Order: sequence, then structure tokens, then C-alpha cells
Amino acid sequence: MRTDALQSHPRLRRVIALVVKETRQVLRDPSSIAIGVVMPLILILLFGYGLSLDVKNVPVALVVEDTSSTAMELVAGFQLSPYFNAQITHSQPPAERMMLEHTVDAIVRIPSDFARHVNEGSAQVQVLLHGGDANRARIIQGYVQGAIQAWNVRQAAQGRAMPSGSVSIQSRLWFNDANESHYFLVPGLIVLVMTLIGALLTAMVMAREWERGTLESLFVTPVRTEEILLGKTIPYFLLGMIGLALCIVSAKFLFHVPLRGTLPALLGASILYVLVALGIGLLISSSVKNQLVASQLAMLATFMPAMMLSGFLFDLRSMPTAIRLITYVLPARYYVTLLQTIFLAGNVWGVIIPNMLVLMTMIALLGIGSRAVTRKRLD
Amino acid sequence: MLDTLLRILALTRKELLAVLKDRRARVSLFIPPIIQGLIFGYAATYDLNHVPYAVLDQDRTSASREFLAGLDGSGVFERVGNLHSAQDIRTYIDQRRALLVVQIEQNFERKLQLGQTADVQIIADGRNSNTAGTASSYITAVVSNFNEHWRKDHGLPAAVLTSTDRAWYNPNLDTRWNMIPGLIGQLAMFQTLLLTAMSVAREREQGTFDQLLVTPFRPFEIMAGKAMPSMLVGIVQATGVFLVAQLWFRIPFAGSIITLYSGLLVFLLAAIGIGLLLSAVASTMQQAMLYALLLIMPFSLLSGLTTPLNNMPRALQYLTAINPLRYAIDIARRVYLEGAGLHLLSHDLLPLALIAAVTLSAASWMFGHRMT
Repeated sequence: MRTDALQSHPRLRRVIALVVKETRQVLRDPSSIAIGVVMPLILILLFGYGLSLDVKNVPVALVVEDTSSTAMELVAGFQLSPYFNAQITHSQPPAERMMLEHTVDAIVRIPSDFARHVNEGSAQVQVLLHGGDANRARIIQGYVQGAIQAWNVRQAAQGRAMPSGSVSIQSRLWFNDANESHYFLVPGLIVLVMTLIGALLTAMVMAREWERGTLESLFVTPVRTEEILLGKTIPYFLLGMIGLALCIVSAKFLFHVPLRGTLPALLGASILYVLVALGIGLLISSSVKNQLVASQLAMLATFMPAMMLSGFLFDLRSMPTAIRLITYVLPARYYVTLLQTIFLAGNVWGVIIPNMLVLMTMIALLGIGSRAVTRKRLD
Repeated sequence: MLDTLLRILALTRKELLAVLKDRRARVSLFIPPIIQGLIFGYAATYDLNHVPYAVLDQDRTSASREFLAGLDGSGVFERVGNLHSAQDIRTYIDQRRALLVVQIEQNFERKLQLGQTADVQIIADGRNSNTAGTASSYITAVVSNFNEHWRKDHGLPAAVLTSTDRAWYNPNLDTRWNMIPGLIGQLAMFQTLLLTAMSVAREREQGTFDQLLVTPFRPFEIMAGKAMPSMLVGIVQATGVFLVAQLWFRIPFAGSIITLYSGLLVFLLAAIGIGLLLSAVASTMQQAMLYALLLIMPFSLLSGLTTPLNNMPRALQYLTAINPLRYAIDIARRVYLEGAGLHLLSHDLLPLALIAAVTLSAASWMFGHRMT
């Protein structure tokens, strides 16, 4: 019954034959396994455990020139805070030396006339930040401000300072209450892994076939162009799905990133993105037909932008208009938005539908494009 | 001695010809680093300059308007909506129309006038918690500014304790200042390592490596002849990115160019050493390329360019000791921002020199001892 059905559908039979052949090739080729399985595993572990933008236990030097009880209260505030790892010195030079060696990220200097000024109603501490990592420095600056604010509030509560009207901020971080940076780094990792399998692996493998001339020999068989493309796409698509499964399982169970949307939405978005990445891989390899150039192009055109221009690390809205226009043609941008929303916010259809539509349009365009490029070389 | 030099030069010339004879290859070596330097230079910053926000003002008094004027006038915050009920907050955040919603409570003005603390609630989209955190810290600055003015205008006593903040090396804490110098090493490494890894593998695949071995070339000379062209390419690429940083972004350069280039030279030697070693181990071009890519990715991710090294677990930090890019980025940043001289960079230069020495000698030993 099944054979009959296949017999009467020569197209289907040919595609299946190609898929079987291609799958065997993938399984026997250690390099495909390396990129398709080993690399995702390495990236998952590196990302999950290695990358973090959280700032905790900041080493600071406290230059305590005043040992009055008022000053010690401020010192205690720094010492008890989980954000700081305070080292106390009693003069400026040793602290500056620590800063030069970058063993501390900041110096907080409590001057010798601190208590006297507090009693007069206006005191200052000096804060020196190491600007070598500006992002970190700004966060540390915020922590120091917080510690000072807390001291002021305590003083007022103990009746030692006049209460004065002021605005205080109650911050709430939706979708990520604990402010864990791996909540957005792990979805970013999925984008990188999918890009890698979809675009880089496909570009390399197809370019190799062109280089060795094995693709031309396929062209003399009754197989049609779109059947070849389909036969190539399906095994790598499946490999991509394996990578995706690895990522989702580790995101959920290893790194405990919440999945607030539904699995079908996540799978749908990922399937669309893998198809786009495959399309780019096919297009690159069919146009350059050289492994080295194809892999470089795939790296430059997909992997680096997925890291730098997708909004996964750097905020897209703050880029200059010209750069922002470039990001609109990059599929990774839409996938990052989809993943961050589906993982952390839930199924927000107002975000999911437009982004998925863009990815679908890209699939259609890339499909037409790679078919045109492949057919042209037949003549 | 002179013979050795002549032979190395001859091999270098031949290698350069092989790499540069193709116009497409020439373009692909020199244009991408410059374009990437430009694009990533703009993109790779954690600073924000367009933060869309919405307001739920439940007070609607002159004080709350003054507070909001402070936000609108900051040049960073752009108001995209005035909300009328708390239900609207969810729509604005969920649909990503606003990065934050500022909610001003009733009696905001009254509380301030009575000398009490008035609350402003900030609800931020935590899908990228780093961006949200940065935006919140901008709001904190606006708020303390407002507090100061309010107290002064209403004759209230100022806060007892304040601080004067100063940042060394980067007074405005512009993240571009430490991203762009880091890109010099990052962008130069990719193709240098790949090119070197392919160089011997290509000869091996085409069978010309055996021919090279029967010539009077000694393994060391082959190694040097293969390393030289990659070094030239690497230096040219690094210079391209350096020029982008200097002429386009005008990042202040506190150190000396000689120090920077000495550091880059040692870094490239280490990267080339790794490339040659890969090349010696691999038997086909494909393998060489694969090994190179497998190394380049962790090297770039664990370099400290985008996320700080000391945030990593201890074990991983030890692992980055063999990552040449980590040292190159540190060197570039410190020469650029701190004006560090060679003596202050020894903890970067020594490991790099060690990596270079080990990999280069291992590679030349393998050239002599591994026949396929």
C-alpha cells in the first residue's frame, strides 16, 4: 500500500531518496556532527555558565579617613550590602594603587571632616569609578547612590536629619523580577545555535558539493531543481530541530529560564527561523560555490549580525537610523524579539504575528532566490 | 643565515601571491573588517539614547508635570503615550511600545509639599534586563536632579549626604569607548586564524606540501614563511579597524601607537601559532576550517568584549587563559583608555608570548614529523 503510493508519486520518491542519501552523508561526516551537535552543546554550556552581565560582589576600596561613629555607619552599609565587597584603607594612595591594578572597580572616599559636615547638614563622599568597562561602572554608580540614599533615609528615620520632601523610585522589572541576565542571554543563545546550523552548516555542505562537482552530476538525473533543494533542506532542518530541542531542554532544566508562552508558539517561530537560515545558507553556497568563501560569508552575514545587530545584547532603538535600517533585513532581529517575548512575556499575539509574517515573507523570497541561482548554473 | 632569510622571503612572496591573486579574495580580506568596524562600532553600545516611555499620571498637578518635563527634556526619554488607567500599562509593555511606564501616584504634589516621600513607580520591560536596568539608572539621575531643584525652590533642607562622582579613563562612561578598541583584536583575529589554518591544509590536500618538504626548506622556515603573510594580513586588518576608531569614531587614544602595535603583533603571533597548529593537525581544508570555527566562537564569546570576564565562574576564567583574544582586548582597552605602557601590560604580553612560542614551535615540529 505504502509502496504503491510512492510508486505513483515519482516526485515524492525522488525527494525521499535524496533525503535518505543526504541523511546518511550527514551521519557519516564528522564535521556535520561537529557543527550540528557538538558546537551547540559547547555554546549552551558557555552561554549558560560563562556569560553574565549581572553585577554582584563588586570589589570597592573604602578610604575611611574619618573613624567617627557616623562614618562607621556608612561603612557598615557598604560592608553589609550584597552588592559590594568592600576593602578598607585609611588613605588614598593604596586605594589608587588597587584601582590602577584594577583589583577594585571603585573607590569611595569618606573625608576626615565627614562627621563635622554631617552635623552641619551637608556632607559629601567622593566616588571614583574605573571606566574601563563603562556599562559595569554605570551600574556600580547606581549601587553607590543606593547605599548613600539608604544612609540618608536611616538618618532621617532616627530623627537626626530634617525630613524633606523627595521623590523616591519604586522600580519593577516585569518578566524578570530577579534581574537575571541569563534570562535574555539564553534565548539569545538559541538564535546563535539556529543560525549556526541553518546557515553556516548548509552553506559549507552545499559549497562542498559544488566544489567537488557532485551537484552537477545530480543535475543529469531526472531530479528537478526544487527536489534537490528540498532533499538538501530536510535533513539539515531536522538537524536544526535536534539543536533546538537541546537548547529548549537546557534553557528550561539547566538554566531555569521560564517559558511563559506556549511550546507550539516557540516551535512555530523556530521552524520559521530555521527555514530562513537554511535559505540564506543555500543562497550563499549556490552563489559562491567555494567552501572557504561560503563559510566566511555565512559567518559575516549571519553569525556576527545575529550577535551584534539582533537586539539580543545591544538595544536596537539606540542605534543610528542607518544601522537600524540594516537590522530590518536581518532575520535574527525578528527571531530575537519572538524568543524574548515567548519565553519571558508569554503569547503576546500583537508581537508574535507581525514578526512571524516577516519571517514567512523572507522564506518565500529566499526560496525563489535560491531556486533561481541553482537553476541558472544548470545551463 | 642569509639563505634562511631569503628562503623565508621567497615562501612569503609565494604565499602572498596565492592569497591575493584572486580579486574576490582580496576584497574579502580587507573590506569586511572596515565595514564591520563601522557597523558594530555604532551597534555595540550599552548606552541608550531613545527610550520610549509611557506615563500614567494620577496626580496631574504642576509638580508632576515638572517631574515629567525633566524626563522629556533629558534627550533620552521619548514619551509615546499618556495612559488613563493601570490596565493600559500591560498593553504598552507587552506590545513593546514602551520600554518603561512611569506611574505617578495621587497626592504626589501634596506629599512633596508636606516634606514627605512621594513615590514614583517605574515598570520596565525586563525582556532585556540589561537595557531595562540602564534605563532605570537614567531615571534615577533625572529624579535626583528633580529632588535637588524641588528642595531648593521650596526652601527645604538638602539631603545630608551626597556624592561627587568621577570616572577614571572614561569620564562620561561611554560604552563605545571600550567596545571599539576591543573590536580591533576581535575583527582581526577571525580571518587571520582562518587563513592560517587553511594555508598548510590546502597544500596538504593538493599534495604540494610533500613537495615543499623535499626542498631545502627547513620546517622552521616553512613555518615562518606561512606565518609572515598572515601576519601582514592581520596587521593590515587591525590597522583598518584602528583607523575607523581614530578617524571616524574619534575614540580618545591615551597611550602610544608603538605600544598598541607591539601588543597586536604578539597577539597576532599567538593567533597565527594556533592557526598553524590546527593546520598541522588537520589533513583536509574542511577539517582545518572546522577546527578554526570551533575555536573562534568560544574565543570571541569568552573574550570579555561583550560580557566581563570576572563575571564568569572561576573554572571558566582559567580556561580563558589560553584565549589570545582576551589579552588583545585588554591590551587595546588599556592602551586606549588608560594609556598603559608596555611594563603595565606584562600580564597580557607574557601569556600571549607563551602561547605564540608553544604553538609555533609545536607547529614547526609537526611539519617536520608528520607525513601523510
